[in-house]
Amino acid sequence: MQDVLLVGDEKINSRLFIGTGKFSSNRLIPEVVKASGVQVVTVALRRVDFDSEEENIVNYIPRDCCILMPNTSGARTAEEAVRIARLARAAGCGNWIKIEVIADNKYLLPDNYETIKATEILAGEGFVVLPYMSPDLMVAKKLQEAGAVAVMPLGAPIGTNRGLKTKELIRILIDEISIPVIVDAGIGKPSEAAEAMEMGAAAVLVNTAIATANDPVGMARAFGMAVEAGRMAFLAGPGATIEIAQASSPLTGFLRD
Amino acid sequence: MSFYWEYQRYKGFDFEEFFSRITEADIERILCKDSLSETDYLCLLSERAEGFLESMAQKAHKLTVQHFGRVIQLYTPIYLSNHCINHCVYCGFAAKNHLPRKKLSLAGVREEARAISAEGLKHVIVLTGESQKESPVSYIKECANVLKQYFSSISIEIYPLEVAEYEELINAGVDALTIYQETYDEELYYQLHPAGPKRNYHYRLDAPERCSQAGIRSINFGALLGLGKWRTDAFFTGLHTNYIQKRHPEVDVAVSLPRIRPQLGGYVPQYVVSDRNLVQYMLAFRLFMPRAGITISTREQAGFRDNLIKLGVTKMSAGSCTAVGGRTSGDEGTGQFEISDQRSVAEMKNMIYSQGYQPVFKDWQLF
Repeated sequence: MQDVLLVGDEKINSRLFIGTGKFSSNRLIPEVVKASGVQVVTVALRRVDFDSEEENIVNYIPRDCCILMPNTSGARTAEEAVRIARLARAAGCGNWIKIEVIADNKYLLPDNYETIKATEILAGEGFVVLPYMSPDLMVAKKLQEAGAVAVMPLGAPIGTNRGLKTKELIRILIDEISIPVIVDAGIGKPSEAAEAMEMGAAAVLVNTAIATANDPVGMARAFGMAVEAGRMAFLAGPGATIEIAQASSPLTGFLRD
Repeated sequence: MSFYWEYQRYKGFDFEEFFSRITEADIERILCKDSLSETDYLCLLSERAEGFLESMAQKAHKLTVQHFGRVIQLYTPIYLSNHCINHCVYCGFAAKNHLPRKKLSLAGVREEARAISAEGLKHVIVLTGESQKESPVSYIKECANVLKQYFSSISIEIYPLEVAEYEELINAGVDALTIYQETYDEELYYQLHPAGPKRNYHYRLDAPERCSQAGIRSINFGALLGLGKWRTDAFFTGLHTNYIQKRHPEVDVAVSLPRIRPQLGGYVPQYVVSDRNLVQYMLAFRLFMPRAGITISTREQAGFRDNLIKLGVTKMSAGSCTAVGGRTSGDEGTGQFEISDQRSVAEMKNMIYSQGYQPVFKDWQLF
């Protein structure tokens, strides 16, 4: 049986999603996509320069093999996120939207409350909504009820490369939420992406760790392989881990019948 | 609340004595930390820290790439009017100076906008002298209405306003504010601003707070380096920036590090701020506020600017001109100061790519 990720109506083969904001050149984007097999690419609408053929980042995303997922970076309220999403769709960026509502520029932590409001409105307007969120079970349930097709909890604050600091909370979301849980932000190394996949994340989104590597294309390839390995391990069902070795003289060995 | 109370905490504080007590071990300890206190920041501005510039630079570079990526955002200034009723002793536009006074008509603004946008620039900063008669808020608003047809981000660098006036400009499409306190040294400030509305130190100091209340997206702080002691001005600029970030986390904060340039009026800076000093300030600030923007204008020379890219800069001006209507009618002696980096936008773009960075023309739009 083929293992595909279903997001809305889309069947996606690669469980690595990438961001685009930090590359030294947009020309790297198609190379990164090719090397890693990525099929979902997010772009901040604020960066899209529709007036310039050369500067327009969207022109560097191979649309034949990738889904463009515009994001609402810069939105501080639900209302602003909604306006950005509508503009993105009107500008021909498709139906997908990654909601980012951030009113804290020091840590770039999302505003869960405004994110739920924006999700409700945009899902109602027919968008395929993937909200970026702080991992919280009640919020994830409300996002699901509001029409989100997936939730995107952060592993650590954006750009920190600190890894899966919120692991226990993400694990709860994976156990309790029926829509895909896609770990977004904070993943700094391929091993951490593999770890997220092993515990059952549906996908991971990586930007900083790839874009700021010395060799972004090589790093993208490494992430692609790590995500695939982590997914395979999850599907294979990892053996139970125990804290101590199996005792050779069991304490209950005297129970014969 | 006012930043003045933060500033007051250091009234009577002997900075020289504090700096003299800092040891190399203090600096080494600070460089191992993930998060710096304001005292740590002050230590990194000391003479003692000058021996650690390379370590500071390595760390600043990593932090900047991590938080901003390998990108440099480009913008350019548009001077709307050089009429000014202030008497700042260091400024070419000061009321007493004899220079051709000029103000752009709305048609003139449109012509400048066309010339600038033809080069691909999307972010502009508009500047004016202070004159209720020649450049009132209503005029700046009309200019913004023209400019937003050509640009995706409009910043203002004008005299301080009331909250309602900032709101008016924000509603017209302005999204960013640049305001320099010039110097945080209150006594020196009064000497440098002998007359005119700008003499009001407090009103200027609280402008970022008022503009935050009005809902601005980003604010750029700065002290004009060379007017006062740079180490303390750098310190208070950082504190002011941090103060707004704490009180208004929704505002994106940044600093500029402008060094005073030759200008009509011939003011000679009291303090020399060397290249090494400027770099130390930039690095110390980056380590103190890893997520804040850092802007370097064409006040600095081309080669020096190129070298600064890897040290923490996030925004640079390109194709600048400080004269009113300078893009379309040339500089008829109306400029505020002499610029040092005369390169065109295309040349800047190539230079940034050659450094392994991406020049970004658009990073905002009116939603």
